[in-house]
Amino acid sequence: MGRLWAIIVKELWSTLRDPRARITLIVPPILQLMIFGLATTLEVKNFNVGVLNTSAGRASYEFVEKLAGSPNVGRIVRLTSPDDLRRAIENQKVIAAVIIDARFDRAVAAGRPATLGVVLDGRRSNAAQIVGGYINAIAAGLAPGRAPPPVGTIVRNAFNPNLDYLWFTMPSLIMLICAVSGLAVTAQCVARERELGTYEQLLVSPLRTHEILIGKMIPPLLSGLFNGLLYLVLSTTVFGVPFTGSLILFFLTLVLYLLALIGVGMLVSTLARTQQQAFLGSFLVAVPSTMLSGYAGPVDNMPPWLRTLSLADPCRHYLVIVQGLFLKAMPAEAIWPSAWPLMIIAVVTLSAAAWLFRARKE
Amino acid sequence: MTVVAAARGVTKRFAPRGPAALDDVTLEIAAGRVTGLVGPDGAGKTTLIRILAGLLRPQSGQVEVLGGPAGAMAGDVGYMPQRFGLYEDLSVRQNLTLYAELRGLPRAEHDAVFDRLLAFTDLKRFQGRLAGQLSGGMKQKLGLACALVRTPRLLLLDEPSVGVDPISRRELWSMVGALVDEGIGVLWSTAYLDEAERCAEVCLLNAGRRLFAGRPADLTQRAAGRVFRLEAFAGGKRDVLARTLNRPEVSDGTLQGRSVRLVMAAGEGAPSPKLFAAGEGARVIPANPRFEDGFVDILGGAGKGTSALAATYAEAPRGEGPAIEARALTKRFGEFTAAQDISLNVARGEIFGLLGPNGAGKSTTFKMLCGLLTPTSGQGFVAGRGFAASGASARSRLGYMAQKFSLYGDLSVAQNLAFFAGVYGLRGAKARARTEALVEIFDLSRYLPDNAGALPLGYKQRLALACAVMHEPPVLFLDEPTSGVDPITRREFWTHINGLVERGVSVLVTTHFMDEAEYCDRIALIYRAREIATGTPDALRAQAAALTGAADPTMEDAFIALIEAADMAREQAAA
Repeated sequence: MGRLWAIIVKELWSTLRDPRARITLIVPPILQLMIFGLATTLEVKNFNVGVLNTSAGRASYEFVEKLAGSPNVGRIVRLTSPDDLRRAIENQKVIAAVIIDARFDRAVAAGRPATLGVVLDGRRSNAAQIVGGYINAIAAGLAPGRAPPPVGTIVRNAFNPNLDYLWFTMPSLIMLICAVSGLAVTAQCVARERELGTYEQLLVSPLRTHEILIGKMIPPLLSGLFNGLLYLVLSTTVFGVPFTGSLILFFLTLVLYLLALIGVGMLVSTLARTQQQAFLGSFLVAVPSTMLSGYAGPVDNMPPWLRTLSLADPCRHYLVIVQGLFLKAMPAEAIWPSAWPLMIIAVVTLSAAAWLFRARKE
Repeated sequence: MTVVAAARGVTKRFAPRGPAALDDVTLEIAAGRVTGLVGPDGAGKTTLIRILAGLLRPQSGQVEVLGGPAGAMAGDVGYMPQRFGLYEDLSVRQNLTLYAELRGLPRAEHDAVFDRLLAFTDLKRFQGRLAGQLSGGMKQKLGLACALVRTPRLLLLDEPSVGVDPISRRELWSMVGALVDEGIGVLWSTAYLDEAERCAEVCLLNAGRRLFAGRPADLTQRAAGRVFRLEAFAGGKRDVLARTLNRPEVSDGTLQGRSVRLVMAAGEGAPSPKLFAAGEGARVIPANPRFEDGFVDILGGAGKGTSALAATYAEAPRGEGPAIEARALTKRFGEFTAAQDISLNVARGEIFGLLGPNGAGKSTTFKMLCGLLTPTSGQGFVAGRGFAASGASARSRLGYMAQKFSLYGDLSVAQNLAFFAGVYGLRGAKARARTEALVEIFDLSRYLPDNAGALPLGYKQRLALACAVMHEPPVLFLDEPTSGVDPITRREFWTHINGLVERGVSVLVTTHFMDEAEYCDRIALIYRAREIATGTPDALRAQAAALTGAADPTMEDAFIALIEAADMAREQAAA
């Protein structure tokens, strides 16, 4: 027990006192919070729409006014010809252009279904789709009662009534930050000893392999728990995201997730010869893991082989848990299907790392 | 005498308020001779060479190289840095081609120049081999060849002989001798003091200051008439050495086989053997002074001979078996046999040395004996415990100190000590008492909060020893423990080791320093994965004397003679 304590203390100090390790500990969480929390948004605001209006009726006038009045639209650009429209899209002056011709007003006046032409900038496909949606919504609200849709839909967004994107990103950030900094910190641990020449000094001591590895798991575990707590507090206070689940479950699953990540990071570290290799290795793992997690795009949209591959990705399982805990008050029995894969990943990777550590001693 | 390069009053600091890496140093390099830049690690040798090569700018002082400022005449300066920039994934010839093109050697001259350099360095047979697969000595030769692709007027060599065995070292020297005869000015930097004596001029640096400049013989002369050998004394050699060092009349003392080599303090004549209570038959014979004697003399002489560490050290248990035992150890890496059938015993209270050229299997043997490598066949035991059956128990009985500083540089001295105390199972009051005692013995108290990596070299050495003996192990493994440290620190280190050995501690040491070899009770010479000779230093010298017919050979002569004899025997067996 004394030996284990000694190596835990030593690992904590080495992580805190090594300038490089300190940077991997402090910079990514802050950077990520700034970028994801404040800079990138999934909403589209302040976009410009072009209007090529060759009609002069009341309905078209009303539509353009409504469009201009929408809080998301920045400016209406009046276009005079199809050539003008092409240039405006090409030069990215507008993200979308609406074409209204004389038939539109006639159709509305006659109470027949009317058609608007919309040109979207496909280079910005995501934003353009959202803008297309806005324009549709405005058009649909143009003539209530006059042309009631045959079947109506009333949408209520469960768990996130206003579809606030922060409610989605902030919990996911806990998954992301732990993956990025947890992998980076763990990957350095064995590689650093190898590079500094302290590795052999460690190996000739009476420390057992498992003691060395447990000692090396503590700093990333603690830093991961700290990051998790920090993001939990900031999400609920600063960013106003509700946390509806159980705190105990939050920390229990976070520990499981971190153990799985540490196992993966430890594998990278035992394979790497230098800190440089370890750093590149952790990058090589972190990027695909977060991409496959379902944060960037739903797992169900992936081709079947990637879906299968993503089962080995701790980020994928944890994303389900952390979003469930924040927004859905997910109970333990609902979490279990995502928690046991984390355990299996942790056990497999940690044993593999211990085996590799023994095998690569020489 | 033409001066090809000079530095006058050069001062260089790396941090504005930090210590000076070079403090008002003056050096002249003359054409057609070897100027030695001598000093322990951290003395400022590399900094001075980099300034002469134009890679660093000093804060003050003048630098003139080939009549211009440093760096201006780069085409006429050959520079070989410490770890020469060889491309390990390129072959010998590709490396040469690369450097020829970098230095603008006309294509048409390539073949002629390469042929000459490959013949000169004796690398012709290996020109297709990857540089990464060359031995240490061959790499240095290739580095030298690359620095010579355009014949320079000034050649700067930064520690060319580091990590090179004595045979390759002699070859390098004779190559440089040939260059000097062509009129090239050579600066040769080294931490090996015995190399200083081969230089025409020497600049001795210590901790950034120039201690001496001039002919090496002038420094050696400082100790003239004060050097003696104490022979045929009664009692243990380590005991007698400690007693002589404790006398105020004695400035310096070292072991040399079964005799003690003494340098008397200034003004003292030949000592009487009675002074040391060395017994009836003891004789004092005048001996030749060496460069190192002068160096130690400038630094104020060696310290006392009694080790405070040994005084508090637990007596090693008296067991029946040997402290370290190797039974037919063999290690194969794939097809390659790194160590073949090595058997040796180290008794309680014995210093056993492993010597051999680089890549001969000495490190492999050492690592198998301390449990870092698992032997392919055979067994290793420490204090009667085998690594195969009871690794952790064997490991808890050994202390280990590596050639490279291998403590945690980012941790403070106190944290390093606490870590090793904990790892070796010391707890609570016991750990505190032991740590305090070690801090006292090694005078570490003022450095306790400092990062271990920032300590002066001598203190790093002390801290490494303190951590290795934290748990008072009965067996010590030392891997080139004092390479690169100054002679005072080396003597202090061996005073501790000698004291511990008197307490029954057993020591296994690998070394390149022939001085260190002299401290050993017995030596095994490892060559081409085999143990080619084992015996006391005196016995090995006698064996070499019988082989070569030379009277009173040095340890280095013996080393070379025995290896050449082994080569000869192998060739005869093959024929």
